[in-house]
Formats: sequence, C-alpha cells, structure tokens
Amino acid sequence: MLEFRKDIFADERDDNLIEVGQPTARQDILGHVTGTSPYYDDHRFANLLHLKILRSPHAHARIRSIDDSAAARAPGVKRIIRGADVPVNLNTLLSLIQFGKDDEPSLATDVVRYKGEPILGIVATSERAALEAMALVRISYDQLPAVFDVEEALKPNAVSVNAAYPKNTFEYYGKYDHQKLRYGDVDAAFKQAEIVLEDRYQMSPIEHAPTETNGSIAVPDTNGRFIVYTSTQALFFSLDTSAKINAMQSNQLHFIGGTVGGGFGGKVDTLTEPLAILAARLTGAPVRHRLSRHEEMQFGSPRGAERIFVKDGIMKDGRIVARQIRAYFDSGAYTRLSSYAVVKCTAHLPGPYTIPNVHADVFCVFTNRTPATAMRGFGVTAMDFALECHMDKGAVAVGMDPLEFRMLNMYRDGDMKAHRRQAKNCALIECAQVAAEKANWPLRDEFRRMSSRAGGSPERGGVADRTRTPAFAPTAKQAPVPADADHRRAPNVAPPVVPQRIAYERPASAAPARTTLAQQPAPRAVPPPPTAPASSPAGSTHGAPRFSSVFGTRRR
Amino acid sequence: MAKHRGRGVATINYPIGMNLGGDPSQALVHSNPTGKFTVALSSIDLGQGMKSVTRQICAETLGVPVEDVYVDTADSDTGPHCMGSFASRGTHRVGNAVMTAAREARAVMLEAAAEELEVDPGDLETDGKGSIRVKGAPHRSISVRDVAIAAQFRQGKTISGRGIFLVPLSDVDPETGEMSPATCYAHACLIVEVEVDDETGEIAVLKMTSAYEIGRAINPKLVEQQLVGGSWMGMSHALYETPEPYYPDTRDGPRDFNEYLMPGPGDICPNDITVLERPAPDGPFGAKGPGEMVANPVLPAVANAVFNAVGVRINELPITPEKILRALKARGSSTAARTR
Repeated sequence: MLEFRKDIFADERDDNLIEVGQPTARQDILGHVTGTSPYYDDHRFANLLHLKILRSPHAHARIRSIDDSAAARAPGVKRIIRGADVPVNLNTLLSLIQFGKDDEPSLATDVVRYKGEPILGIVATSERAALEAMALVRISYDQLPAVFDVEEALKPNAVSVNAAYPKNTFEYYGKYDHQKLRYGDVDAAFKQAEIVLEDRYQMSPIEHAPTETNGSIAVPDTNGRFIVYTSTQALFFSLDTSAKINAMQSNQLHFIGGTVGGGFGGKVDTLTEPLAILAARLTGAPVRHRLSRHEEMQFGSPRGAERIFVKDGIMKDGRIVARQIRAYFDSGAYTRLSSYAVVKCTAHLPGPYTIPNVHADVFCVFTNRTPATAMRGFGVTAMDFALECHMDKGAVAVGMDPLEFRMLNMYRDGDMKAHRRQAKNCALIECAQVAAEKANWPLRDEFRRMSSRAGGSPERGGVADRTRTPAFAPTAKQAPVPADADHRRAPNVAPPVVPQRIAYERPASAAPARTTLAQQPAPRAVPPPPTAPASSPAGSTHGAPRFSSVFGTRRR
Repeated sequence: MAKHRGRGVATINYPIGMNLGGDPSQALVHSNPTGKFTVALSSIDLGQGMKSVTRQICAETLGVPVEDVYVDTADSDTGPHCMGSFASRGTHRVGNAVMTAAREARAVMLEAAAEELEVDPGDLETDGKGSIRVKGAPHRSISVRDVAIAAQFRQGKTISGRGIFLVPLSDVDPETGEMSPATCYAHACLIVEVEVDDETGEIAVLKMTSAYEIGRAINPKLVEQQLVGGSWMGMSHALYETPEPYYPDTRDGPRDFNEYLMPGPGDICPNDITVLERPAPDGPFGAKGPGEMVANPVLPAVANAVFNAVGVRINELPITPEKILRALKARGSSTAARTR
C-alpha cells in the first residue's frame, strides 16, 4: 500500500515533468525475470581454477609454523598462496581517501586476530580439490588471550588486538581515541533539568545475507591486463584496492560488474578480488574466488554491534535540554569502514531534534571478532534504535504522548544543529502528522498545526530562548496540557480501543500533581548559548563508569 | 496467559550521501547517429534501480522518451569514476552527474536542431516524444533522430555531455565535532502494532503505518519496492536476525539460511505507506534517496510497541521470545494478573 501526498510541499515542487515521477519498468527487467541477466558467476571459462581460503580456527593466536607440503602435492592443486606472496600485504580500505592506517593483511603471516582470518589461499582445479588439500595443511598455533567485549577492550590491561592501534581504539586526528561532539554545556543543563534519564542499549550484529555471496572471477587478458568480473558495490573502490594490494597500475585492471544479487553494504570490502587477481597472475589462468554461504555468514563482515549509553535532561513540560551520548562501535579485529561510521554517527547526534546542549564521545573499538563493515543505515541504525527507545522513555517520564513529545522537540528549518549548521529542508513534523492521521493516533490541535517551515531559528537551540518561545507556537504561553486519562492507563495489556490513544503509564515516583506544571517557576538560570563550546572534557576517556551505575529514571 | 496488543512509534531522519561529502560520481551521455542516447556509468545497480533512476533523469533532462535512453553501468574501461553504490548516494549523487551531462548534451542537440531549422537555439523546446520544435510554432519541428544524423554527418558535432557531482569534503573540528556532514536529509515516521504472547514470548508484527519523506520520487514503483522491502528488513532486524546470538560471545553462529533466523512469508505484515516529497534544493529534480533509512524506524518502533503491549523494555536486539520472557519474569508480576 503506497500513497502519495502531493499536496504537502506542493509549493516547493514543479510537478510539470514527463518522465520523472513515472512508474517506468526497469530497463533490465526482462533479463531479471527470464534469468538471463549476467551476474559475475554467469561468465564461463575453460580451465577455470578455484581459490579457497584456509582460515584461522582461533580468535587470537600466534602462527608458529605452517606445513603445506602435503597440500601442495595434492591432486588438482596448482598453487598455494601465502602472505609472503602478496605484493602489498597490509591495507586499510579507506586509505583510498587517506583515512586511517594500513592495518589488515590479505593473508595473515604471524598473528591471527579473529576466527576465520585468512591464512593461505589454495588454488586448484575444483573447489573440492582445494578443500581436500586444505585438510592436509598443518598449522601450529600458540593461542593468545582474546577480547570480545568493547568495554573490556578499553580497559588498561586489555589484550591488544590490532598492531596498528595497540590501545584497541581507532585514532582520530592523531590525538584522540574517539570522535567528540561538544555543543552547549550539558553539565550545567543536567543541573537545570527536572528529569534525568539514562539507559544502555545494545545493537546486535547482523548479516547482510545477500542471495548472491561475495565473489569474483579474475581472467588474464592480453597485454598484461586482467579482466575481473565482480559482485562489488563499488567498482572503482574495489579496483583501486586490488591495484594497491597487487602493486599494479589501475589501468592494468578492467573491472566489470553491475548486476549484483544484493549488497546492503556487504560488498564494499573487496573481500575476494585482490587474491583472485593474484592467483590469476601466479597461475596464468582464470581464477574464481567466491565465498560459500558458511563463509559469507561467519567470515564475511557483518554489520557491527554498537553499545550506546544515552543520558537525557528533560523539563517537565517536555523540552529536552541536554543529551549526552557515549557509544562504542565494535569494529572487530580491523578497521574496514567502522572509523568512518563513527564520524557519521556523531554527525547524526542528537537525532532529528533540537536540543541546546549535546555532548558525545563515540569510539571505534577493536575486538577479536570478524571485522564489521558497512550496512544499510551505517552508523545511524543502532543510534536511532537507542535514541527512539529513549525518546519513548522520556515521554513516559514527563507523561506526554510519545509522538507529541517527539514533535515538541523535532528540528525545523532554521534551527541550529549540534554540528553547528542550520537545519533546512526539514519534513519530520509533517511525516509525524501524516502517519498519525493514517493510524488514528490522536494528536492535539497545536500538534496538527505545527510546521517544519515555521518557528525554527538558531536561537531555538538555546534553553534561554526556548523558554521564551516554546517549540510549538500556537500554545506559546500555555503550559502543556496534562496527560489525559488515556495517558495514565497502565501499559496496555488489553486489546486496544479504537481509536486507540497509546497508553503509557506515568511512573508512580514521577507523578507530580497534574496542576503543578503551569505553576512551575520558569526554568532557572540557563546554560550558555550553544555557540559557546564547552571546556575540554574532564574524567576518564575509557570505560563507562559514569553511566554504568545509574540506569532508569531519576527525579530531582 | 494472554496475547497483548500494543503500538509503538519512531521518528527518524537520514543523511543523503557519504558523511562529510567528498564522494564524487561522474557520468557521460552521448547520442548515436540515430538519436538514441547512452549513459555511461561505473555505478552499480544492486537491484535498487540505479539504472532506472538515472535513465528517467537523463530522459527528462534531454527531453526525449525514456525508451530512447539506455544506461550502461559498471565497466571500468568505459564508465567514468563513481565512488560506489552505498550511503544512499546513488539517486542524489549519480542522478546529479547524469543531469549535468544530459544538460550539456541537450545544449548541443538544440544547437544542431537550430542550425537545421535556421532559428535561435533559445527559441526551441523538446516535446518529450522525440521531436524538437519552435516555441509557439509547433509545426516547425524536427525529430531528434534527424538532428542526430545532421549533427554526425553534416555539422560535425558530438551530441554528448560530461557530468560530475561532488559535495566538497568537509573538515571536522576535532574538539567540537563541528562539520558539514550532508546537504539534505530524508525523514520518516513509523507506527507499528504488535501482539505479544506472554506465555511464549512470541511477537507478531500486525501492521505498520508509515510516512516517508524522500524528496522527489523519481520512480514511485522503485520507491515502493525500497520502502516495503526495507521495512521488512527492519522488522527482521528487530526480532530475528543475528550471526552472533549471544553477542559478545561468538559461539553458536548460524552457517546458512536454515540456521539464520529470518521472518517467513507468514511473519511479515502490511506497511501502509504514505510518501511525502519536499524537494532537496541540490537533488536531481529534488530527489533525495529512500534506500537506507527505511529500516531504521522499525527497530525502535517495535521495541516501543512491545513495551506498550506488555510493559517491559528490551534494550538489546534482537527482541527474542527469550528476552521477553526473561524481562517479564524479572519484572516480577505476572502479566496475566495485569490483564483486564
């Protein structure tokens, strides 16, 4: 079911278009529905060889010795590739945009840092021959202690995971172990806040689960070039990464892709192309390197997990005056793209709300698990889960409807955001109005009349100014209406009445007399305006002692 | 023991393109001698519809029927550089590059047509059906095909254009985090209704009602595909999927689709979607991009709906029956007793 509301923002659009806006069928739909669209693995070659990867069984270990002599003599084996065969055996993906240090080998040589880390490549006449030879390889390991928890990894005596970042954190700007966001003065604002609400959120890792697993075929071409058929999501990204690892010129590589069986972020890492090309160079034959479903599930990079601590300072009238975030991105053993997601996450804070005091520390942490990578909503999905669950708790704490509580705080055109740029082109209030109307979620008149295009200003980000001009204009001089009877129902344990008003319980400990809101003294002295950066942060930068002890709602 | 219904909401926004910018895409557009156009890209169509979106943008800009445009993607020898298909950047970044290239090609096409019609190029317009005509005098017209033939064989002109789109890379202040992360944002509000069984802990998602603001929708069917599929992905993320079920413990990871929990056809639910279009000032025809943000509101909305249904907060994903039952037990009061 999909409906357009062309009436909203119609004055900003020229809808006099011919092709744009039409439900035109895809140019390639016939190929897709008849099974003739060529995926990378639909290309057929005589004498195709197959590359399979021997992976570490340990999460953290020193490689003492590798004996692949029996495997090299096994039937069908054409070549065994070791780390020493890789021309440039250390890379980081974002070195292409000069971000971060090379930290990940294509094939581990001395230490393995996660279960599944590649150690040897076996090139054979069939996948089966490669796998049978793999069983003949003897590797002797000294197991090392491993760390899997992001907060454990930040303790002073923690095992060091990644040699390029011995303290287990990505290094920002050559001096910080995290990305900072400082806007206004949260400490002062928390003192002013009438409610302080803290909680901890844990994202799960998730697999991209594309129908087509990661893979590529590298084919020797004439004149020293190689054609690479690939499932990549980023053609030149993969080409340039492959050229770097193989110490080749970029114009020696001809990448062909474009029909991909699902990506979702999991086909940016260039997991297969560099070694497929190397194998084709070493053998002079076309080589296919594709991940099995098991490899894709367990050793292809997943969405990373984030642990997030949120602390909000809220006034009883529903305004959020401070938000403090501490977040840990679990990058796994190597950086891949998590360092980038940390900055993107920081830019996203404090979510789509106008909050005058925001403070965030976001860490990219190394642990002994499969390196994480990009996935749909990269850097934002987990934070939105935390923030929107927290918004719900904030609404309960102040006794407001959860959607109205959000709308009261939503950003509008002209508001100053925490990264110090003015908001424009906002439309969240309108989304809330439309969804509420469709779902029979009652909103009071002043919320139905709100607009993203009215009432915003840089000053709205400051508490002082917000107390003079509450976020929604029509009731500027009026204290928020106390929750009605529906609001005070216990968490809904019965079939809803229609139209249902979402029922949230005001905690017993948080139940001031309903009439007091209008009588509250105006919020007291105000934190500095948001343009004044806070002084440098005090306290420890590791661990989360400030948050870990106090969860739940606390009234002042 | 009973089943309890609840509703939850989430509201989100999402940045379009790579954070901080600095992620260019290029496009080349040219006509063959019979007036059919090719767009050459190195961008990838992951199934999201990159080829359709750029094809419609190109046709609209050139003023020719969409059937006369073919998009050739993902060959590094012929397609100019593109950063890649990620970060909800395809429609916005690549679309802009194609639009720029198509404008340049259109200008040459109108020049060639003007020479044939012996008028000023500024007096010409396209009809979107394959002809170019004099404004106010539609009987004086020439087909795009004849213009292309004339340009190639008589006038010696290339009807072609180059385009690049780049949001300049922003610095980040290490101390404050001041930066310019994105030029436009998509928005969404999603309300979800669930039913929670307090005996088994099972959650059924009954219905989603949503409003997505995505700038101009270039192709409404592709938008629908993204929004429906993406919201199911969010539902799966909220309730089922993970390769590490006891994170941060790494054991018991699934190895295939039999072991990796996902909702089946009986578990997914309708999403009643409304699309809003506030055009992005710097988007191609105002387009942003729906790709990534679709799933994001579903996760917290489901968690909030679970609270609304049975009164427990699950702060760790995925929200499994085990977590529900443990939370109900920890709360100490039987939900049955709380049922009206």
